Amino acid sequence: MEQVVANGLYLGAQYALIALGLTLIFALMNVLNFAHGQMYVLGGFVTYEIYGQLRWPFVVALFASAITLAVLGGLIERLLFRTVIRRSVREESTMLLAAGIAYFLDAVILLLFGEKQRGVPKIVPGVLRAGDIIMPYDRIVVGGLAVLFIVGFILMMQYTRPGRAMRALAQDRIAAQLMGVPVEFYSLLGFALGAMLAGLVGGLLVTITGVNSGIGGPISLKAFLMVMIGGAGVVGGAIAGGFILGMLESVGLTVLHAYGDITYLVIFAALLIFLAIRPNGLMGKPWG
Amino acid sequence: MFRPLRLAALAVFVLVVFLAVPLAIKAAGRTDFYYTLSSVALLAIASSGVWLMFHIGRINIGQGAFALMGGYVSAILVTSAGFSFWLSLPLAGLFCAAVSILIGLPILRLRGVYFAMVTLVLTEVARLLALALPITNGAKGITSIPAPGAIGAFGVTLVPAFDTFAERNLAFYYLSTIMMTLCFAALYRLVHSRIGKLFVAMQQNEELASSMGINVPAMRILAYAISSFLGGLAGAIFIAIAQSIYPSSFTVNDSVNFMLNCFVGGLGHVFGPMLGTLVLYFGWDLLFAIGQYQLLIYSGVMVLLMLVLPNGLLSIRLPSRRGARK
Repeated sequence: MEQVVANGLYLGAQYALIALGLTLIFALMNVLNFAHGQMYVLGGFVTYEIYGQLRWPFVVALFASAITLAVLGGLIERLLFRTVIRRSVREESTMLLAAGIAYFLDAVILLLFGEKQRGVPKIVPGVLRAGDIIMPYDRIVVGGLAVLFIVGFILMMQYTRPGRAMRALAQDRIAAQLMGVPVEFYSLLGFALGAMLAGLVGGLLVTITGVNSGIGGPISLKAFLMVMIGGAGVVGGAIAGGFILGMLESVGLTVLHAYGDITYLVIFAALLIFLAIRPNGLMGKPWG
Repeated sequence: MFRPLRLAALAVFVLVVFLAVPLAIKAAGRTDFYYTLSSVALLAIASSGVWLMFHIGRINIGQGAFALMGGYVSAILVTSAGFSFWLSLPLAGLFCAAVSILIGLPILRLRGVYFAMVTLVLTEVARLLALALPITNGAKGITSIPAPGAIGAFGVTLVPAFDTFAERNLAFYYLSTIMMTLCFAALYRLVHSRIGKLFVAMQQNEELASSMGINVPAMRILAYAISSFLGGLAGAIFIAIAQSIYPSSFTVNDSVNFMLNCFVGGLGHVFGPMLGTLVLYFGWDLLFAIGQYQLLIYSGVMVLLMLVLPNGLLSIRLPSRRGARK
């Protein structure tokens, strides 16, 4: 049982980080970023190339993943989303754009990195055995780093000037603009930050599960699940959703193992019932 | 005063779809286009359901679930219960509508991205259900579904069995396009009726619509049921063409594509999904020749299209009218 909880916590930390990026972009721009999973995959491949192929230190690779995705996210916001939001009549139009970008990134990833499953050498060798729990050291390091990033993100949102500006933006875009917050700049920054988080998790998880070009869509789907559980656009909700999904998955795979591959079916069913009772998730705003 | 113009447009559409296209295909000898165009027609039917949800202000990315469900209902009825395809077709649609009412009761309370995300998840649920349930035969799917038989009344054969056609796909082409024409005619009628006005009111502001005395929950269930009916219908015919169904016959990608068809065609017009489906499906097919860059160019064009025409293809000729409305 302890093992199941430990797995759930480790998984939850990764998931929370993915959901944070998605929810940040949603909160600031009201955009559902379909391409989030693809950004994750891209981050994974950057780390694979630098750490796995060039054999540079892992930290450098992780930085490279983060910076690549931040730049990409910034460009996407500046060149694509800003234009479309300005020109289109209905704001749902951004969903087509996001889906188009998801397909585009899929194609780019496939062309650049091929369709093979890629893995990298372990970052830390060895396995921790404490009582009933068996946990490889690299998972502990990766889980710890994820928690560190989450804490860092929360601190930044709470106590720095850009963090405060972004929170203001999420609360009320027009009011923030009237108070003199440079809305466009912080939208750009927020999108870059959200994409960066996706890239970071990609870089972290490539050391454990590896990466292949096809997992972008499923990762996006999982990120949507977490955001729905926790409530869209809320930092606390994303973290809660991530940990809950990680735990459910870990418990489900153990308990429901005997009945075949139905863990996700059960999770979906539970989610539908949950959403019937709390349509906005645990902490979501009344209107998405 | 637009009546004659509209009738003329309808006549041109019918002539092109039912006469000119089959003749052109026959002349060119490209009989594979029958299949392509049938697919376009069926996907357009499913997309029109999604469009109706857009019309009441909801983003439905779950149409793949109902297409899959309709396909399975029809396939199971035909292969296991010995039903005629023609009877299974409305039953598949009605089954989907009934299920959508059950699911819709809780999830239609959600709005915006919440509804979009839940419906996206629904597609995945449908796939997993199809894998897990015993009646759907798991990953192996249901294969060798017989082609639609004959319809007769009082000893007169109205529609001959599809197997007797020399070109089976021509029969399916007519079936699909006739269904598409009927569905879009019905949808056009619906949207321009009193109910259609209520839908627009809900799209603009549900609370306000509710305060005017519109029964908003009932209306959105109605819209969702119609939308799912169309999805199930399209799925059932699709399965009859393919003669097989698997859990992966309709996936999340298809659901997203149904939504994209509506966007590309334009959300402001009933015929948007038809045009969007035609453009996207043919665009994808034409780019097949390019090989590995297919997806890159396809998605690149889609993003560009969004930048240039964010309100859809049908918005090209609309600016003057829209200006007048505002």
